[in-house]
Order: sequence, then structure tokens, then C-alpha cells
Amino acid sequence: MPAKTIVEAVHDGLREEMARDERVILLGEDVGFKGGVFKVSVGLMDEFGPERVVDTPLAESGIVGTAIGAAINGLLPVAEIQFADFIHPAMDQIMNEAAKIRYRSNGDFGCPIVIRAPFGGGIHGALYHSQSVEALFAHIPGLKVVIPSNPYDAKGLLKAAIRDPDPVMFFEHKRTYRLFRQEIPDEDYTVPIGPLRIAREGDDLTVIAYGLMLHYALEAAETVAKEGISVEIVDLRTLVPLDKETILGSVKKTGKALVVHEDTRTGGFGGEIAAIIAEEAFEFLDGPVRRLTGPDVPAMPFSKALEHEFMPNPERIAQAMRDLAAY
Amino acid sequence: MATSAARAAERGAAGSGEIPAETQLRIYETMVLARRLSERLLQLQRAGIVPLAVPCDGHEAIQVGSALAMPRERTIVYPYYRSLAAVLAYGMTPLDLVLGFYAKRDDPSTGGHQMPGHYSRRDLNIVTTSSVVGTQLVHAAGAAYAAKVRKSGQVAITYIGEGGTSEGDFHEALNFAAIHKLPVLFVVENNQYAISVPLTKQMAVANVADRAAAYGMPGVIVDGNDAEACYLATRDAVARALAGDGPTLLEAKTYRLAPHTSDDDDRGYRPLEEIAMWRRERDPVPRFAATLEARGLLDEAGTAAIAARVRAAIDDATARAEASPDPDPADIHIPVFSTPEVPGRTQ
Repeated sequence: MPAKTIVEAVHDGLREEMARDERVILLGEDVGFKGGVFKVSVGLMDEFGPERVVDTPLAESGIVGTAIGAAINGLLPVAEIQFADFIHPAMDQIMNEAAKIRYRSNGDFGCPIVIRAPFGGGIHGALYHSQSVEALFAHIPGLKVVIPSNPYDAKGLLKAAIRDPDPVMFFEHKRTYRLFRQEIPDEDYTVPIGPLRIAREGDDLTVIAYGLMLHYALEAAETVAKEGISVEIVDLRTLVPLDKETILGSVKKTGKALVVHEDTRTGGFGGEIAAIIAEEAFEFLDGPVRRLTGPDVPAMPFSKALEHEFMPNPERIAQAMRDLAAY
Repeated sequence: MATSAARAAERGAAGSGEIPAETQLRIYETMVLARRLSERLLQLQRAGIVPLAVPCDGHEAIQVGSALAMPRERTIVYPYYRSLAAVLAYGMTPLDLVLGFYAKRDDPSTGGHQMPGHYSRRDLNIVTTSSVVGTQLVHAAGAAYAAKVRKSGQVAITYIGEGGTSEGDFHEALNFAAIHKLPVLFVVENNQYAISVPLTKQMAVANVADRAAAYGMPGVIVDGNDAEACYLATRDAVARALAGDGPTLLEAKTYRLAPHTSDDDDRGYRPLEEIAMWRRERDPVPRFAATLEARGLLDEAGTAAIAARVRAAIDDATARAEASPDPDPADIHIPVFSTPEVPGRTQ
């Protein structure tokens, strides 16, 4: 099996789905001739032609809105928003249109689109190239929200998203794009949207994370393991629909839970997970459900010192693990 | 530069050709049906029977004229909230519409989910829209893009008021449609007021159609109260779209003869004499009746027969809607996703 990066896995997923089903089209800024600013779609315009790989005008609402219209009329569009930070001009098309089309038409129309966007910081992206926007979309019923953390899941979840009859938000952490390689099958496979993955088994506490933070949490778990703390790590993979049964099962086993995300704290997805655990596993808890998150500042600053201060990192996660284990 | 004179000439060109007598009568009867149904819905609202009415009075000529000029089987329609007359012309029935205003379970547009006036019927390719004006234009461009990729021979048509053209989505839709020469018609029903805001506060140009040049598509102005001119201008735009010559921005100059909705009191922002003048001198329904009478296509007996048919259809629709069931409260959770077993939420 070839070893691939996440960026290559996303590319392969797109290419295989386009080859498998001629209804699949890509659209976004720079996705065609240039192959995307992160090179995700490199070569696809040559292979599938400019009608199926569309270099759009610089207009995010238009990208999503035309994708919705094309989906209504028989295509399976994959729209790329160049950076998640630029998705807000398309917010209305996503939350008021894509998310509500099935409900408001009483099931007559669906909206089978995928909206891909690189998100997250740690790459000197500053306020408008570092944001984590997943909680905004997880709040909107009618959208599925997927965040892979490794190449195998990136390809398998993307293929599942393209075949899904509902709108799927697909966020790829850009710091993980070329972080490591993983052997993944050449043959067709999907990873179902919904079930989470236990990334590391442990007994003393449960850490719930996704994207880059999943890797930092694994690193931190390795560190504290040497100190005798056994940490179970949950890779959420899908925020909506949420695999809450598996989260609750893990927390009932360990009795303690820490949610780590890079997104800012108030209204972040960690609050939702903490609430579910409090409501449904209260009597199993041996300590408070804790969150380690980005701070409540407008966005990640550019300066290396300030960026470092914003990001949760393996050292801080390890310390949060020690504190909770000792509670 | 497209001057007013050039535009007038274009309008003349757009208005060429003849309409079969049968179609002329069908346009007229549909206009009457729309007007009487719009009036009935407002009466039902005033009587406290339905919660909201969204009149189309005054817009019948552009709506019915354009709709009946479209190649029905190949048309994808993105209406807007005032499209009552248009969707009747595209094949929805009075019962379909009245069920929506009663918010009944069998409302084909939304099953009682959406506010009335958001017309949709999948089997007629009338596509669901929201209340955020402008969004439907981008969808229509996307649907037309799919038609082009799939070589399906379809043409999309979408409707909006002049106020909605101030939205960013108007720009994004027309720009994309023109770049790809898409088979789509953007129909602007310019009734000179966006609720209370007059045209002069909506735009600094005299005509919405003037903007078409900036996108690289024809901008056609038509008398929106002249059903025949609206039909012919639409037919020309369809021919361009299906020939691969791209989209058209069609601006119909018209006037709303009723309030924006039943919740609006238009007497506060429009001179009463202005409303009265339009009603007296430019109402598209009697105007087209006069045209048909002059051509010998309609006489007193014909007019009476149409009025009776329309009355019977509306009475029947109202009675049946009244008697039909409300949605089941237990169904509030569906349909969020394609599969109900994936609720996507903690319930």
C-alpha cells in the first residue's frame, strides 16, 4: 500500500469519485488550472476537463449557491472554500439554503453537496487564515460536519461525503496536510460518516479531540503514560451526526473527560460534548468535565509568540491531563 | 453604451412575433385566476382564517406572460414570494396554493413548514426557495450550469423584485451565468417599491436592465403590464438561451396594486392617487381583456364564462383546503436528513 499525506489522500478521494461518477464536479477559487492553493486538485482539470473542474470567480456565496443549484439539477458538486476563514460570505447559502432545503420542501428536494475547506492554525496564518469554524456549522441542523485527522479517514470520509445525499461540511486541518504519511489502500473504500474512532485506549481519563489537536493529544498521552497516567483518546472525526454513545461509553469507563479544541472557548463544540456528558453520564464522573481550547480572542494573531500563546500544544495538554488525573 | 433609445429599440425587437389565439386566451384566463385567488387569500386573511396573504395584484402580465412562453417540460423555475400568478401558469393548482396558505399537511410546497408564498412542486420543476431574497438567482445559475454540463436542453428562469437586485447574490449569479453563457433568464419585476423603499433609494440608475451590460448579457426592458410584450420578450430570451447565447436580464416595469403582504399598510408610503391611477389606467388584467376584445377573441359571454370557471375553482380549492388535515406535531423532526435514523442531534 502506498504511503500518502492527507493532501494526497483528499486528492485521490476526489479523483476516484470523479472517475466513478460523472455527476461529480469540483468548483472553487484556483481549483482548476492551478490545482488549488494547497495542490489538492492538481491534475484534475486536465483529466476531467474544465466543465467538471471549475475555476470560479472570487465569490464564496456564488460558489456555494451555484453548487446548490447544480445539485438540485442532478450533479454532485464538491465546492472548495479556499480557507475556512473565507466561508462567511457563503454563510447564508450554507445555513439558510443547503441546510434547510430538505426540511422546507418537506423532503421533495435534497442538497447533495460537499463543502471542503482547510481550517486551523499553527501555520502563521493570522486572523484570516487560521480560524476554526466547525462549531458555527455544527449548530445548524441539516448539515453534517466531518473533520478527518489522518490520510485513511480523509479519503474514506470524503468518498462517503460525496455519496451522501445531504450537505456535508468537510474541514481539513491545514497543519496536518503534509504532517505525516500513512499507508492507505488503493482500492475503493469509504469510512462511514458518524462513528468516531478510539485512537488510543486507556483507563484513567478520556480525551476528546479532532484535527491537529488529536495528534497533540496523542503526543501528550505518550508523555503522561511514562508518569503512570493511562489516557484514552477519542478521534471525533464527525461532529454531526455525533457518536455520543461511544463518547459516553469511554467516559463511563474512565470517569473523567477532557475536550481539546483549537477553536475559541465560548460556544465551541467542547461545550456541547461537556453538556452531553453532564446530562447522560453524571453518576459515572469522578471529576469535572474540562476543556482546553483557544482563548476567547477574535482570532489567532500573526506574531509567532502570540500564535504560540493561542494554540493548545502537547505540553499544555499533558498538564491538563495530569491535573484532571489528580483530581 | 446602451441608451434609452437603444433600449427602446431592443424592446421593440423583443416584442416581435405573434401569439396563437388559444395561448392568448390561456394567458388571460390564468391572469384572472391569479387575480381572483390573490383577492380571495387577502379576504381569508382579513377574516382571520389564514395567517398571511402575499398578493400578486398588478404583476399578472409579466408572471403569466413569461411562464407561458417557457418550454414547459424543459424549464426549471425558481420563483419568489410574489410569484402566485407565475406558479399557476407553470401548473400549480389553486388547491396547491390554498393548502399552503392554510399551512396544511398536504401543502405540496412545504407541507406546512414554510411561510405561505414559497411555492415549490418537484414534479413541475418549481424549486423551493427561502425568504432571503437573491439566493434563488444563484441557484438558478447553478441549475443552468448543470443543464449545460449534462447537455439536458433545459432552461432555468428565476424571478425577483427590483429591491432584491441590491443583494450581492444578484451580482454573483449574473456574473457566473454570463461567464459560462448559461441558459437562464433573470426576470426582475420592478414595481418601484421594496416594501416602502422607493426605487430612487434602491439604485442610482433608472433601469435595473442597465446593469446587464456590466455582466456581458442583454438587458431587456419590457412593459410589465403588457402580457403580450412580456410573453414575446421571454420567448426571445429562451431562444437565445437554448441557442447557447447565454442569459438575459429581463426587467418588467410594473406596479404592485396591493400591499406588500397582508401585514403591510401601503397607504403610508405611496400616494393614494398613484395607486388609484395605476389601478384605473394600467391594470394588466382589464388591459389584456380589452386587447382580446378588440381582436374579437373575447366577448361578454366569454368573459362571464371565464369568471364563472375561476370562481368555481377557487371556491372548490378553499373548501377542500379548509377540510384537509393539519400536519402531525409528531413529525416536527422530519425531514432534516435523508434518513430519519440519522437525526444528527441529541434529541
